[in-house]
Amino acid sequence: MIPAEFKYLFPSTVDEAVRMLAEEGEDAKVIAGGQSLVPVLRMRLAAPTALIDIGGLTELTGVRDDGDSLLIGAMTTHYEVQRDHLIHDHALLLKLVTDTVADPQIRHRGTFGGSLCHADPAGDLLAPALALDAVMIIAGPGGRREVPASEFFVDYFTTALAPDEILIDVRVPKFTGWGAHYEKLNRVAQAWSIVAVAAAVQVSGGAISAARVGLTNVGSGPLRAFEVEAALVGQPASAEVISEAALRASAGDGYKDNLARVLTGRALTAAVAG
Amino acid sequence: MHISVNVDGVTYADEVEPRLLLVHYLRERLGKTGTVVGCDTGNCGACTVHLDGHSVKSCQMLAVQANGHEVTTIEGLARDGKLHPVQEAFHSNHALQCGFCTPGMIMQAIDLLADESDPDDETVRKGLEGNLCRCTGYQNIVRAVQDAAQRMKPGAGPKQEQHSDEHVSSKQPVGGE
Repeated sequence: MIPAEFKYLFPSTVDEAVRMLAEEGEDAKVIAGGQSLVPVLRMRLAAPTALIDIGGLTELTGVRDDGDSLLIGAMTTHYEVQRDHLIHDHALLLKLVTDTVADPQIRHRGTFGGSLCHADPAGDLLAPALALDAVMIIAGPGGRREVPASEFFVDYFTTALAPDEILIDVRVPKFTGWGAHYEKLNRVAQAWSIVAVAAAVQVSGGAISAARVGLTNVGSGPLRAFEVEAALVGQPASAEVISEAALRASAGDGYKDNLARVLTGRALTAAVAG
Repeated sequence: MHISVNVDGVTYADEVEPRLLLVHYLRERLGKTGTVVGCDTGNCGACTVHLDGHSVKSCQMLAVQANGHEVTTIEGLARDGKLHPVQEAFHSNHALQCGFCTPGMIMQAIDLLADESDPDDETVRKGLEGNLCRCTGYQNIVRAVQDAAQRMKPGAGPKQEQHSDEHVSSKQPVGGE
């Protein structure tokens, strides 16, 4: 199908983009890589009056070292995240999750920030963003503000972004040396997860000193498995401890509950191994 | 809106509606019908082209998003009447049945080989996971991509395959003829 008509705007600065959003009103939409939005437009599931293309805002691409954390530009593509050495060294979980997003063509265009703003509960990047305590840095008419991932994902396809705001950067604390794994169950290549589990574990001297576990597609947004994390910390990194902790994963639904437990066990086992 | 796009080495300046998809611009305005529309849902990869040297699905992009960029389609691969080594490998390995997925398969295979100069079976299948062959002729497609990798080894092929992308610089030189 062919999208409905819209006005197309191409700002050259973040401030200009924010101004355009305010001027065009709440039926305007930001387009980043467009890998979720273009299909939505084509199927006419949405018909924004104006598209503000932030593809020209090169200052929003790339990953920077910011002391205890990384700053990931919202327009950094999945392909760039997969190959970035800072992410590999300090946020390995994000790399492993991104490796599984869609397919190579879509990873060339799709962006880290765009996926978070689209907030599809089956989207892969929401659970690791939540589990790693990512913070969204948002530009709006009143200046900049920061929103933690735990408050950013509000509901199905809904975030804390106001209609006149743009996500510009994501701050992710460094998890240097942590083991990580993303265990995803889907039916066929490039399908969305039925359930997936993002796990990062810090092991020192054979014991688990810290753990983060996030669940994908188990409700209206990502879930953090706090009870699983609590059952791991201070315990030996053993198969018994992991299978006991994984039983505490919950997805609020019989079939998905079971999946969440099984996949949590697998994710933790792989994360501890490396 | 006015756009200027380099497609297969020629720069085109055109007035387009913002809602025009890149694939429709290529096919209907420029007559590049070698790039096909398969599923119209972003799954099948038949419409794959290169944008600034990287594979993209041209049904998942607006033509205006290609403004100022370089697009390569299946029609831009042959040089001086000679097929690209990946095209040759698909031909000699019988890597097509109905042929509808072939333009996208070849464009994605070239992208894969830029990153992986000697891919094993699994790497080829992963690299082509965004491309569907409805005839399910994957066996020969995988063979063709691996054959193409051998044809494209340094020293084994024409200069046209010497990519300048930085991620190819790690390619290990392997002795050619």
